[in-house]
Order: sequence, then C-alpha cells, then structure tokens
Amino acid sequence: MNGMDVHLPVLQVVVPMLIAPLVILLRPPGLAWAATTTASLMAFLIAIQLTAGVLGGNEYYYELGGWSAPFGIALTVDSFSALLLLIVTGASTLALFAGKASLDAQIEAPRQPLFYSAWLLVLAGLAGILVAADAFNIFVFMEISSLASYILVAGGPDRRALPAVFKYLLMGTIGATFYLIGVGLVYMMTGTLNLADMELRIHEVADQKPILVAAGFITIGLALKAAVFPLHVWLPNAYTYAPHAVTVFLAACATKVALYVLLRFDFVVFQQNLAGHEVQFAAFLMPLAVLAILVGSTVAMFEKNLKRLLAYSSVAQIGYILLGASMVSVLGLTASLLHMFNHALAKGALFLTVMCLALRVADLNFRHLAGAARQMPWTFGALIVGGLSLIGVPGTAGFISKWYLVTAALDEGLLGIAVIAVIVLGSLMAVVYIWRIVETAWFKSPTEGAATLTEAPLPVLLVTWLVALANLWFGLAPSLSLRLSGTAAESLLQHLP
Amino acid sequence: MELLGLYHYWVFAVLLMIGFYAVVAKVNLVKKLIGVSLFQAAVFLLYITMSKVTGGTAPILQEGMVDPVFSNPLPQVLILTAIVVGISTTALGLGIVVRIKEEYGTIEEHEIQEIDRR
Repeated sequence: MNGMDVHLPVLQVVVPMLIAPLVILLRPPGLAWAATTTASLMAFLIAIQLTAGVLGGNEYYYELGGWSAPFGIALTVDSFSALLLLIVTGASTLALFAGKASLDAQIEAPRQPLFYSAWLLVLAGLAGILVAADAFNIFVFMEISSLASYILVAGGPDRRALPAVFKYLLMGTIGATFYLIGVGLVYMMTGTLNLADMELRIHEVADQKPILVAAGFITIGLALKAAVFPLHVWLPNAYTYAPHAVTVFLAACATKVALYVLLRFDFVVFQQNLAGHEVQFAAFLMPLAVLAILVGSTVAMFEKNLKRLLAYSSVAQIGYILLGASMVSVLGLTASLLHMFNHALAKGALFLTVMCLALRVADLNFRHLAGAARQMPWTFGALIVGGLSLIGVPGTAGFISKWYLVTAALDEGLLGIAVIAVIVLGSLMAVVYIWRIVETAWFKSPTEGAATLTEAPLPVLLVTWLVALANLWFGLAPSLSLRLSGTAAESLLQHLP
Repeated sequence: MELLGLYHYWVFAVLLMIGFYAVVAKVNLVKKLIGVSLFQAAVFLLYITMSKVTGGTAPILQEGMVDPVFSNPLPQVLILTAIVVGISTTALGLGIVVRIKEEYGTIEEHEIQEIDRR
C-alpha cells in the first residue's frame, strides 16, 4: 500500500461528510446537485479502489489520529464491507446521475441544497457503518444515516410520506435504542466496544446471561432497521411515498447495511462465545425469512400501485438474504451476500424504471399504466430485464444467487427440501407479479392519456439501461461478486464449530 | 434483598416499558414522541448506572490525591453522544409532526389514516 491508499477507509466517510455542509451554501440551481454527484462519485471511486485492494489481498486497518485500537477509534475494511461499500456508493451515484430531472420536479428549488446535504449525510453514515470497527461508532453512524434518510423520504411532494416517515422514525429509533441496550450490556460485561476485542473478551466473562440478552437485543434492534418480517411495516409506505430517486438509493442499500451489522455481530462477536448460538440464530431467523418470502410476495401479487408492489417485493427479497444466512454454512452465507449485491442491481433497475415512468405518468397505479409500454418501449424493456433478474431467470444476476441458495439448501437434508420449495414458490410468485406489470403495460388497451406518452429523457434512460445491463453482466460473468461474497462468508464463519 | 439492591436496573426496565407503552398505545403523535424520549432516557440511565464505581468520584486527577477511585468516564461520554442523537430525533420528529398538522390538520393517528383512506 502506498501513501494515499492507507487513508482510503477514512476518506470513504470524510469526503461525503465534509462536502455535506458545503452543499447547503450552493444556492444557484444545479450546483448543489453537481457537487453532491461529484462527492458521491468520489466515494464510489474510493470504494472501487478499496475493493481492488481487498481483492489483491490487502487488509485495511486504520487508526484515527494514530491512537491504537482499544482506546482509539479504528476503521477496518474487509471483503464483506467492500462488497457493501460498492453497493451503497454505487447506488447513490447512479441514483443521483439519473435522478436530476426527477428531483427537480419533486423538490422545490430553494430546498434543494438542504435536501442534497441530507443525501450526502445518508451516504456518509452508511459508509461509516461499513468501515467502523467498534460497536458505538456503528450506532452513531447508523443514527446519522437514519436521521438524514427520514429527511430524504419526507422531502417529496406527496403528503402521505409524512405519516409514513413518522412511523419509520419511531420504529427506526426503537431499533437503534435496542441495539444501544445490547451494546451497553456487552460493554458492562467486557469493558470494550471494539468488535475484535469483544470477540476475544466475552468468553472470559463468568456469567454469560447478559451476553445472551445482549445478543437478543442487538438482533431484534437490527432486524427492525433491516425490515425483517414482521418488523417491516415501516418499509412499504416509506418507499412508496419517498421521492423516486430516494427510493432508488435507499431500496438498493439501506436495509442491507443493517443486515451487514446483524451478520457481523452474530457471526463474529457472538458465534464463538455463546454455546449453541448458531442453532438459536437459525431457529429464530429461518421461520421469519420463510414468512417474509411468502407474505411479501403474496401481498405484492395483489398490490395495485407499481411502486408499492416493488416495495413489498423488497420485503420478500430481504427474506431470501436472511434465508441464506440462517443456514449458517459457508455456501448459504455466500448466497446471502451474493443476493445482497444482485438484489441491489435488480431493485435498482426496477426503481429506476419507476422513476422514468413517474416523469411521464401522473399516477403509478396500474390502471394509469395500461398500454403505456407501446409508447415507452425502452423504459419497459429495462423493467423486464430487472424483473427477470428479480425472478431469477438464468442469464441474469438474480439466477446466480438463487442457484447458490438452492445449492446451499441441498446440504441441509430434509429441511433443505422444504427451503427449496419455499424458494421455488417465492420465485413463481415473483413471476406472477412481474407478469401483472407486463400484462398491464403491453396487452391492456391504453387509456386516453397513454396515447400521448413519450419515452423518458435520454440521460435517465441511459443510466437505467446501464443498471439493467449490469444485471445481465453479473449474471453471465459473476466472478467479482462471487469472489467478494465467498471470501467474506469464509472469514465470517471461520469460527464455526 | 439482591433484587432490591439492583433497584437502578428496575428503574431502567420500568421506564423503558412506560416509554414503549406510550409509543405503541397512544394515538397522539406528540405523545408517541414523548414515549420515544422516555424510552431513550431509560437507556441513558442504564449506561450511567453501569459506570458508577462504589465510592468513586468524578474522574479528574488532582494534586494530593492518594489512591483515588474514579467512576468510569467512558459510558458517560458515550451517553453524551447518545443524548445528542436523542435530541436530534425528537427535534426531527416534532418537525414532522408540525408538517403533518399543516397538511392534515390533525395529529391524531386514526384521523390521519381516515383522511388518507378517502
């Protein structure tokens, strides 16, 4: 590693965080957007550089201000965090590039600098969670990103976003506070906040009961943040009524970062210290994952609003991610991490097409979309690619992660067969709800307004197709995402008995 | 007696549940926010109590101290940060309630749902 490379983990957070207050000062129209996009792009490039370093075998370990670990603040980047950093910074950058027209339409000009500032704080917070090496900094970054994302969701013109965001705020705060209680209990017993240090010190503790309670609090708190069924009730409305560009950004990464912390804690800190932890973890989360897939998909099948349909599908997809993790095997976890990446691609593409549509159609209810595909073939083409990836059709990114999920389930014996049945059923339900969109947009006779529709603006369409093609690329040549998630899964599960 | 001796943990648990009850059961949005604040305050107390060392004083080193016993300052510092987070959450929450009042003309949850259903 040479000079600059060492500082990359801290720059990942500092760049968006320092530009955030400056953006407020940029009043001329367009300037705030340009500065935000540049900062986000820089963060994306840093994430790519970090990923390249991690793939090249580097271990990033950064001590803030030169204070060494148990006393100072340490930052680390390994393949797991690199994978998530790519998703977060990539989603933010693409959403910003594509979202200018949509955001200009939805956010009044005088409030735009403030809005973009909040956007950068979300980015800084999410990146901070991913590089932080101690439990309390994770909490602080989590709250920075959450508070800023409440602002983003509430920023749009739809007043229904307000009650939705209020619910999001209540549940998010309770989740974060549960996490804080758990961290407090661990700190009480071990006297440390550093994750690596905790892992070593917990087994010196004579009475393990508080640690068990802490594991419960932390798991539930983060499950709330990650919208794990049945704690998902804040998600559909928040995603539906948020400004469209915000939905692209948050749907692709916000819940996954909470899952990242959950997996870090359960597999690194608690796994080797609590007897039978992997059994408890699996027995608790696998039923929830199965229910999330079935309930989320069922609701999506009957939903009348396109954006809400995709939000419920997100609930189901979080189920797949958890399902892989709850098998507690290297293959299962690889599938889970892979699905984080692939779902971000698929849902990113789908919500980008929603953004394209929203620029042209007044309402995203199905009856307003009837026949719209004849006028907007490119937009709906991208929607089909994203939809196929969501279903898991061979040749798309979604297929790779579902294939790994099924392979992992085959090792689980009888339970695995049931799991495979759920995966297949969930995918069939996805076929149904994607088909409903296709049927409405292509085969229904157009409403009066639909005949005058025009294709979405070129820049938005280009980014949408870029993401759609990425779905195909990572479906045909998945070596990058596979390598990252494979090494991450192995390092997370190295202590498994 | 051991149960009573741990009274500060009882305070924590009871306060936590009062706050949680308010969040779940109240329909007035401001009351819900009060509940959240109580909920967070309970956790602050948990951290503060755990840092107390029997006979310990404020962790400031002065001349002439012989074998000083200090309370652990770290949880106090942590909770200072958490208090700031709590204040921001409450402020943002109240801000949203004001906007809800402007848009809907009410801050009762069931009335808002009623208006949205129409």
